[in-house]
Amino acid sequence: MKARNKRFMFVVVGLSGLAVAVGLVLNALNSNVSFFYSPTQVQANEAPQDKTIRLGGMVEEGSLKREDDGLTVHFNVTDNLKTVSVTYKGILPDLFSEGQGVVAQGKLDEQGGFYAKEVLAKHDESYMPPEVQDALEKAEETKKQQMSTTSLMQ
Amino acid sequence: MIPEIGHFALIIALCIAMTQGVLSIAGAARDDHSWMAMSRPGAQAQFMFIALAFACLAYAFLNDDFSVTYVATNSNSLMPVQYKFAGIWGGHEGSLLLWMLMLSGWGYAVSIFSKNLPLEMVSRVLGVMSLISVGFISFMIFTSNPFDRLLPAAVDGRDLNPLLQDFGLIIHPPMLYMGYVGFSVAFAFAIAALLSGRFDSAWARWSRPWTTVAWVFMTMGIALGSWWAYYELGWGGWWFWDPVENASFMPWLMGTALIHSLAVTEKRGSFKNWTVLLAIFTFSLSLLGTFLVRSGVLTSVHAFATDPERGLFILIFLLLVIGSSLALFAWRAPRVGLGGEFKLVSRETMLLTANVILVVACGSVLLGTTYPLLLDGLGMGKISVGPPYFNAVFVPLVMVLVVVMCIGPFARWKQANVADLVKLVRVPLIAAAICALVVPFLAEEWKLLVSVGLFMAYWIMFSVIANIWMRVSMSTRKGSVLDKLKGLPRSYYGHNLAHFGVAVTIIGITCVSNYESEQDVRMEIGDTISIGPYVFRFDGAQEIQGPNYTASQGQIYITKNGKFETILRPEKRLYTVQRMPMTEAGIDTGLFRDLYVSLGEPLAAGAWSVRVYYKPFVDWIWGGAVFMALGGLLAVTDRRYRLARREAEEPVVKKASSEADVDIKKGLGATE
Repeated sequence: MKARNKRFMFVVVGLSGLAVAVGLVLNALNSNVSFFYSPTQVQANEAPQDKTIRLGGMVEEGSLKREDDGLTVHFNVTDNLKTVSVTYKGILPDLFSEGQGVVAQGKLDEQGGFYAKEVLAKHDESYMPPEVQDALEKAEETKKQQMSTTSLMQ
Repeated sequence: MIPEIGHFALIIALCIAMTQGVLSIAGAARDDHSWMAMSRPGAQAQFMFIALAFACLAYAFLNDDFSVTYVATNSNSLMPVQYKFAGIWGGHEGSLLLWMLMLSGWGYAVSIFSKNLPLEMVSRVLGVMSLISVGFISFMIFTSNPFDRLLPAAVDGRDLNPLLQDFGLIIHPPMLYMGYVGFSVAFAFAIAALLSGRFDSAWARWSRPWTTVAWVFMTMGIALGSWWAYYELGWGGWWFWDPVENASFMPWLMGTALIHSLAVTEKRGSFKNWTVLLAIFTFSLSLLGTFLVRSGVLTSVHAFATDPERGLFILIFLLLVIGSSLALFAWRAPRVGLGGEFKLVSRETMLLTANVILVVACGSVLLGTTYPLLLDGLGMGKISVGPPYFNAVFVPLVMVLVVVMCIGPFARWKQANVADLVKLVRVPLIAAAICALVVPFLAEEWKLLVSVGLFMAYWIMFSVIANIWMRVSMSTRKGSVLDKLKGLPRSYYGHNLAHFGVAVTIIGITCVSNYESEQDVRMEIGDTISIGPYVFRFDGAQEIQGPNYTASQGQIYITKNGKFETILRPEKRLYTVQRMPMTEAGIDTGLFRDLYVSLGEPLAAGAWSVRVYYKPFVDWIWGGAVFMALGGLLAVTDRRYRLARREAEEPVVKKASSEADVDIKKGLGATE
């Protein structure tokens, strides 16, 4: 083979290798991404049912209940507009408590309940995950709008 | 009074950094010796003033001066004294001061250990470092001053976050920061070389030890962080692919590529452009890491409350640093020129391949980490990228990397003979394959993934041994094998020890991911649970009193094959000031396994929910990192860096290439 052909082959092999690598990476990325939904979005049926998603909001006061096995817990996640009930089996992180922000990863069932595989921990009581912050602000805005429309109607 | 002195010291340090930075670089450009002479004393004075500021903050912490906001939010009079001291870097402002202390400390070290460098080079390096200091000190003074006063003063402090009241806080951040900041020296050397246009083996030889030392700190910092998360967070994970972890892992990957590329530049004069680019990227990623951690733009399990305004400052600083250095690179790089030529099958190609893999690995981590930011910015929804993505991309890349790691060190510089190479690689390869197939049968069950993982590790280990054996049998030194072993350079042992460490880490990761057992259970007093030969019995929990917390301390009695093994006492603590609960796991560490127990929540009638974990070989993960770090240290203490200082003024390019020629004449000579 001539030197030029050789170089050409080299480039072709290199580029195809790179293309395969990029393809694999993007594929891996796409199949391992989980979207974040707020309770309002879940109640509006915006979230898919068979995919792993993240649900975030505040743990509703007084909603935490424990089953007799000591490990299965139920609690409600709210953005102060809508709520979703969550079931989780396992040990909750230290900083999990009612009235605190929470992000849970899992799947929705047909009845609109959420089965969490994982409840995300945090290191700091005052830390608020940016998505939860965002969801709460959006809900607050919607609430204000609704209130202003109702007051206009009266 | 003392905090004001600290604040004032910061301002003086800023002024010195500005003056010295500008004078050093301008002086080098104008060849003005009186200006350049400023750089060493300037760097030293900077360090003195930053150290003074640091001492002032330490004084405020140790004397419970709650009139300082930062102390009041991160300390408490009841806190044990070692945590009061470590509390200095327990929050954002103090972390920055620690960053600065390290940066100026590196500058000080450069000013001391550069006696044999040309003045022009020293002043450019110190000049660039001072300009970085200017960015960070002004960041501190304008957005996050640790010396701000609180009026009226607090009666007592709000206490340090309980998770941080641990031995890990004392050592992990300083180590990691030493690494992050240490790469600024490599960066400064690269920029200095671009400014001067002087790229030769001498340049690589000067910058190499500094880069390696930074890499050693980074390695230890990451390993300590992983170990800390493992025992402190109470859920037994050692790596989560969390943005904050990735932030430290990316510069490490890039830095690993950099130290290998520097080896080629020093030995053969090749890859100069590439090395400079890697140095720029490594430090940029260090800054990006700081930005990601400090700005709070990403959801992280390790994130503490943050302030977006600060993120903006770092982002601007980051863009400024990356933009200007890449512009300089684009302008200067065409002049750098190519080094020695090499053929397709050669040590150079192997190192280049390893470099590309490391950079691609780093790129894939970067993609996974910043993809959520990108989508959010485009308004396409809020997402998170999970560990499966990173594992799916990273594991195959590491496999390819291992192949290169095992073959590369046998290849000769310039051009290697394929037949010879096959002959050398064959033995360790076959031995590793046999061992990898057989050894997993000794464990509970044979698994394909275990065999694959162990094969990688054994191949590296056997290659290291075979490589040393090859060097000994080729050695022209007279005497016994021991004498010949003694004759090999330390940097050669360093590289082999580091590669050996990679193998140890791979064994740890393989075994713990495939054979670990994790159970969350409800346990009443007297209940037992068994994992393999171990039986765990819960003997109830009792209340105990700590210095600044109360705790329920459980007792777990463990037997192995019916015989007493150990008693673990995990705790559930409640820190009294912040009313914050925290889990303190009970761990029995062993060479081949960890037994890990942590308390969940108290249930009715003395029962608790309990996590019971069995973690085989988990400590090997961090043990491997220790070997890597020791390897780096060995390499730095090599004779030739000490000799190099004396010869620095000589034209080293010629010498280096003639050295390499000698090696090739020796046959399969591998210099390192």
